Amino acid sequence: MPTNQLFALFCGTLLVLGLIAYLAGRYKAVRVRASGTAMHAQPDQYAWFSVLSTAGPAIAVGALGGIAMLLLGAEIPTPYLLAASLGVGGVGLFAGLRRVRPDFHARKALESVVHGCLAGAALISIFTTFGILISIVGEAIRFFQMQSFWDFITGTTWNPGASFLEAAGRAEEGASAAQFGSIPLFAGTFMITAIAMLVAIPVGLLAAIYMAEFAPARVRTLAKPVLEVLAGIPTVVYGFFAAISVAPILVDVAGLFGLDASFNNALAPGLVMGIMIIPFISSLSDDVINAVPDSMRQGSLALGLTRGETIRDVVLPAALPGIISAALLAMSRAMGETMIVVMAAGMRPNLTANPLEDMTTVTVRIVASLTGDQEFASAETLSAFALGLVLFVVTLSLNLVSVIMIRRFREKYRINNL
Amino acid sequence: MMNMPVSERSLGPAAGQGTGQPMVRNDNAQHELSVRVRDLNLWYGETQALKNIDIDVYQHNITALIGPSGCGKSTFLRCLNRMNDLIPGVSLQGLVEMDGRDVNEARMDEVALRRRVGMVFQKPNPFPKSIYDNIAYAPRMHDLVSRKVDVDELVERALRDAGLWEEVKDKLQEPGTSLSGGQQQRLCIARAIAVRPEVILMDEPSSALDPISTATIEDLMDKLKRQYTIITVTHNMQQAARVADYTAFFHLGELVEYNDTQTMFSNPATKKAEDYITGRYG
Amino acid sequence: MSQSFDEISAQLRRRHRKTTRLKWMSMGALGLAALFLVVFFGDMLAKGLPAFQQAQIQVQVDYNERAAELPLAAVQEDVRPLVSRGYLRLIPGRMEDNPELLGTTRKEWVLADSAVDQYLKGHHTGLRDGQAAVVERLQADGRAELRFNSGFFTRGDSKMAELAGIASAAMGTLMTLLVTLAVAFPIGVMTAVYLEEFAPDNRLTQLIEININNLAAIPSILFGLLGLAIFINVFGVPRSSPLVGGLTLALMTLPVIIIATRTALRSVPDSIRHAAFGVGCSRWQVVRDHVLPLALPGIMTGSIIGLAQAMGETAPLIIVGMVAFIPDVAASFSEAATVLPAQIFTWAGEPERAFVEKTSGGILVLLAVLISLNATAVVLRKTFERRW
Repeated sequence: MPTNQLFALFCGTLLVLGLIAYLAGRYKAVRVRASGTAMHAQPDQYAWFSVLSTAGPAIAVGALGGIAMLLLGAEIPTPYLLAASLGVGGVGLFAGLRRVRPDFHARKALESVVHGCLAGAALISIFTTFGILISIVGEAIRFFQMQSFWDFITGTTWNPGASFLEAAGRAEEGASAAQFGSIPLFAGTFMITAIAMLVAIPVGLLAAIYMAEFAPARVRTLAKPVLEVLAGIPTVVYGFFAAISVAPILVDVAGLFGLDASFNNALAPGLVMGIMIIPFISSLSDDVINAVPDSMRQGSLALGLTRGETIRDVVLPAALPGIISAALLAMSRAMGETMIVVMAAGMRPNLTANPLEDMTTVTVRIVASLTGDQEFASAETLSAFALGLVLFVVTLSLNLVSVIMIRRFREKYRINNL
Repeated sequence: MMNMPVSERSLGPAAGQGTGQPMVRNDNAQHELSVRVRDLNLWYGETQALKNIDIDVYQHNITALIGPSGCGKSTFLRCLNRMNDLIPGVSLQGLVEMDGRDVNEARMDEVALRRRVGMVFQKPNPFPKSIYDNIAYAPRMHDLVSRKVDVDELVERALRDAGLWEEVKDKLQEPGTSLSGGQQQRLCIARAIAVRPEVILMDEPSSALDPISTATIEDLMDKLKRQYTIITVTHNMQQAARVADYTAFFHLGELVEYNDTQTMFSNPATKKAEDYITGRYG
Repeated sequence: MSQSFDEISAQLRRRHRKTTRLKWMSMGALGLAALFLVVFFGDMLAKGLPAFQQAQIQVQVDYNERAAELPLAAVQEDVRPLVSRGYLRLIPGRMEDNPELLGTTRKEWVLADSAVDQYLKGHHTGLRDGQAAVVERLQADGRAELRFNSGFFTRGDSKMAELAGIASAAMGTLMTLLVTLAVAFPIGVMTAVYLEEFAPDNRLTQLIEININNLAAIPSILFGLLGLAIFINVFGVPRSSPLVGGLTLALMTLPVIIIATRTALRSVPDSIRHAAFGVGCSRWQVVRDHVLPLALPGIMTGSIIGLAQAMGETAPLIIVGMVAFIPDVAASFSEAATVLPAQIFTWAGEPERAFVEKTSGGILVLLAVLISLNATAVVLRKTFERRW
């Protein structure tokens, strides 16, 4: 029988067993109660307990077997596994029914199971982080076994072209050895991030100042969602816009000044990415500026300082940790952004300081090396994980610093809702 | 009603209710007019918070505003430097006159007004700057001083006047928030006097402080009145009795009695004031 | 000694100007963002709206034996290059299904080639001069016109622009999001309930909290690497399938749902919990019967927003192989599929002008769905929002 049908059979039988457990548990509990004995819990709770004690072990055995087969490659014939898990379920059914007794705390038992399930769910987020870490680190180590770590972080040439030959054990035949110097990629990422921040920080911060300090309430309630729309536009759409609409305009404009710009210039994705992260900065900055105590503003205004001076010299310095935190968060977002650069930036690793030239980025290379037809074990494919590892470390540090900054701000003014 | 020349209004008898003058003169006090308020009404939206306030405040005095909470004394104080402008929905009628000008008139610059009428708040609110910059910031912006030596001198004098110099002279570069509550409040007073205002409004300046700091602040107020006109709101009647030359009693948005402090506390003219002072309510 | 009001005001004039400048600059910044939105939507509408129309031409179709062998022969030579090859290709099949067609000649409105389509929309580049003249003539006779492009919504991807549609991608998005919702919603809500209502305040709990906040800020492409290395390489989930895509997106959506649910739970006042405890409810009963129902609108709002985010995500799906040429709707969760944003990405890489239009059209559809999702979330919040 194919796995699908076996699985359906498993589910069906389990459902029937569960129903039996429910009805039998309930029936027994109702009878005990009718005989006048005081019970610790409601009949329904006994019934549910019976269901749990039936289905829980059965599912556990099934899942364990499945994992053993998938991960450890154990050869367990599926019908045996099915029989084993259902057998355990049957045993659980009887054990559960036997415990339907007046002195048994079915509700407490049920709730401890619920508690366990909830805690288990909470652990999944931890597993996710570890999953990311393990998957990336594991493959990155394989990469660094093939390629020198030192060359990776200091090399200025990224040329993975010949690596598939090495993977095939024919390194000598390659025209030139593959080179994995990541500096040009990080230069590209840095350049585009820097352009994005140059757009997003002033615009986002000024917009936040306007909303928090000047705007009438009506404008404010309107402006906030409008800015949020910017964050809600899918990045693939931004990428298309940058590549199709912005880049040609930039090439034309550069031409007017006699400059030669590539259609894959770094400026177009940088500008568009900057617009995308405006709301990240404006929204958090707006919250932080609003959280600066009013007494601070009043103290300044009462000294005969103007509105502008109060904002510049009192409110903004007070909000600075929060604003820095917002900027760091936005920066980490910009560095990890993929679609805009994949669609609008170049594919050529290029170490340059001219934003009108085409440059490639870390994320572009990750995508490029995983979408080709390479064998998974080739150095080029694995290099994606090495790049991913660096990206993970950098964005994680930015996020952590950002969290520390905002916490400091919160403690300073004892604000709990940020 | 607004901006009606004062002379056109019936001022009634020479002294007493409705004229804005204290009922009993304090002969130790000075009597040059600082702020004149006539027929002042204020609304928060629909609710009237101040009703027909008439009061003359004299220079180089301490005038205390007392009354049960919600009586409008803080609201009144904030009319004098137009801090109520910051609260949406406030509307105002009547005359607040200083230096011959209505402070609410259209061409009055409220920033200029606040230069001349400083304010100290209930809770100390030092800027997120060093002690030195807390004081030097506003005078620098106002171009009162520019050279480093002048700024140093101004900071030292303000801190000395506020009685804080000895405590902080070795840590001027530390953040203002590192000081204790009482010290922070004196820093805020130093900050206020550093821009050399004429009037200093104090909104329950010692209510958030311990008794020793309170005593220090009261001594300070007594010293400061030689150079400044001080109007203080206090919820503490003993404090009013200790420091003030004149005391005004507010109740439900009305100025019930404005009197020489000693008279107010020993022999108040109105029943309401007497009940409040003797602790019948409040 | 002291200055008069007028003297101070005169000094202040310059400083007031600075405030005014700041005000205008900050307003300008907001205006700039708004202006971008207007330009952006305008550009997308201008580029994408034509995609919802498609040229059709009326030609004479000869259902003869030659056409069964060589579909091109079914139409006259002059209009042959103007008819979509995708249409012609279907002729033999239709003749097999309907034998009575054989030997008849009918006038039919047929799908035109994308070059004709572009010509009628004013882009006179794809057609040779002779062909353009034929199109002009057909148009003058009323035998060539732009009609509503229902195929855009009912067909899957195609290499021929006039045949390409979003149906397979839309279905793929739906299936992927179903997986995402089925995984992320229960786990997210359970995690939030645990952290907010049950968890002791210990190291582990703090670790989980920091971890969730960090997950929310990890670049999405790294989730793709996780999906590739764990789901595909370790667990053997089929590559390119809605299953692997949905699982990957679920992990990304999880923090959004957790954070939203926690906020919603926190906004339920403690007095409700105390009241329920007071009548003898256990902790779980309090949560299940009193707290969760009150928090539900907030949870739904957060989940919708999380789903909308997942719906627009492309990068991790590229890594798990969901960017592929998928002409047909996937039949199961383990078959290769693509999603709307990935379809947009694929089309954006096509050099033909007609595909720019398709791409923009797809973007308009995607944006319309996202905006309605977010609007639903806002309405939900506004309707059920309660101030305690």
